[in-house]
Amino acid sequence: MKKWIAFINILLKDIKTYYLKPPNISWGIIFPFSWTLMFFLRSGGSVDIPDFLPGLVSLSILFGTTSMLAVTITFEKKQASFDRLLLAPISLNTLMFAKTGGAVIFGIFNALFPLLIAVVFTDISGISWFPALPGIFFISVTSAFLGLFISVSAREVFEAQTFSNFFRFPMIFLCGLFIPLSEIPGFIRPLSYILPLTYGADILRYAIGGNNIFDVWFSFLVLLLYSGGLFMISIKNIRKKWIL
Amino acid sequence: MGTSQDNNIAIEVKKLTKRYGELTAVDEISFDVKRGEIFGFLGPNGAGKTSTINMLTGLCSISSGELKINGQSSVKKIQEMIGVVPSESNLYPELSGFENLCFCASLYGMRRREREREAGRLLEMFNLSEAADRPFRAYSKGMKRKLAIAAAIIHRPDILFLDEPTTGIDVASARQIRRLISEMNKAGTTIFLTTHYLEEAERLCERVAFIVRGKIKQLAETEQLLKGARKDNVLEFLLDRDITLEKGPLLEGLSDYRPVFDKDKVRIHTPCEMDIKYFVDIFDEWRYRVYEAKLIRPALEDVFVEITGIGPGEAEAGKNKGGREN
Repeated sequence: MKKWIAFINILLKDIKTYYLKPPNISWGIIFPFSWTLMFFLRSGGSVDIPDFLPGLVSLSILFGTTSMLAVTITFEKKQASFDRLLLAPISLNTLMFAKTGGAVIFGIFNALFPLLIAVVFTDISGISWFPALPGIFFISVTSAFLGLFISVSAREVFEAQTFSNFFRFPMIFLCGLFIPLSEIPGFIRPLSYILPLTYGADILRYAIGGNNIFDVWFSFLVLLLYSGGLFMISIKNIRKKWIL
Repeated sequence: MGTSQDNNIAIEVKKLTKRYGELTAVDEISFDVKRGEIFGFLGPNGAGKTSTINMLTGLCSISSGELKINGQSSVKKIQEMIGVVPSESNLYPELSGFENLCFCASLYGMRRREREREAGRLLEMFNLSEAADRPFRAYSKGMKRKLAIAAAIIHRPDILFLDEPTTGIDVASARQIRRLISEMNKAGTTIFLTTHYLEEAERLCERVAFIVRGKIKQLAETEQLLKGARKDNVLEFLLDRDITLEKGPLLEGLSDYRPVFDKDKVRIHTPCEMDIKYFVDIFDEWRYRVYEAKLIRPALEDVFVEITGIGPGEAEAGKNKGGREN
């Protein structure tokens, strides 16, 4: 019970102090809105929303979670308040689950906005919500743990931002979000297969349009393995780098 | 050294070592802290004080050796029993004082009503009630330090670690913090205190350990150390110029009196009664004008200087506190 009280309060504190701040709320709205608008203008008004919605949702989650987590944890470490958490009698796993929990919720919130746009502009009754919702959740979890991995690897907030972009920008082009995997040059394609967002977007593609490449359960498994792997590496790095 | 079964021992450390690559920051130190005492852990900058505290509190791993707190060696069990006030604030600047305290209490599994009650009580105890709703970042340094102490004791720990609790704050706040430390100790809290301010250690600590370059050089009761130091009489002279530039017979002549030179200041130690005029005449002979001459009552600083070999001007440890003047 004590562990849960600590867990919930770390999560609520992060939501209150970081995620519910106006700049972050606006980030969650402006970013997906800008992407949607960009596609709308590019296509001259005739947007096939189900075609680009999986990519838009995936990208909104990826950018939202990695940005927030990489910055907040690096910031807390820098100002020593993270040490306050390390002094608490809770396990490192519990602590890091609580820290990433806020980012996961923020990621899900980020996914809602493109969905709302889709509701306004198109008929989304064809969406299969069972794979869509767990898909959104798993993309958020994987992206949050990627953010954690980045934040543990960086010393400064600007380093975390730069390092985030090192992962995120290639994902825009390589994960089949807007350019189908089949159109990506063959020599780069192996990279697409090792990036987790490829599988996250494919789950959403299955849920929204049914034109997925991989088996949906395989994609869930890959995201699960990625999440577990990134979390374990991050915990190991925290022990090695921060609890010297 | 006591054993972990000894109920009178709060902290038990055996051959504790911390290495950072090639550097040995803490080198096989052993000591114990009795339950209910204020234990001073003193040393110059970089001596290994913070590394020791970090090992004791679980903020860094141990390279080798053993430590037990209230008989426990598991980090998480230890963390339930201790409170830590680091030298730099570790609270959240964007949260108010009240919110910071409630949040810290929640980390120990305290329920909402209980943590709000305790936060209110501590804000009152530390004279911070009026600033309860103000963001922590708007607090003065002294207020920040007081809130950090309040946050460290909100779960009523048995043992409190204080790392430089009065460094960099105003005199009034420092006095209040010292008073609070004494009160907490009287209420039964064991206190492990590191400080640069030797007079602070002298006032508060029952026993002190001096750590220099990662090794404990001396560990004794404060009173005993002072008694040892009182064997000497100490005279301090303030001269018109830097005596450390002097070479030759004057310094040789003074060497019998274990002089400590610090630019235009000289301290002279001797076990026998000394006549101030005798030394004033010597300085006069060498064309030094003596602006001030005083008899210094021995203080922990003298013990520190003797043990560490670091003069008052060379380390922060001696910078702010001289001995008490008669």
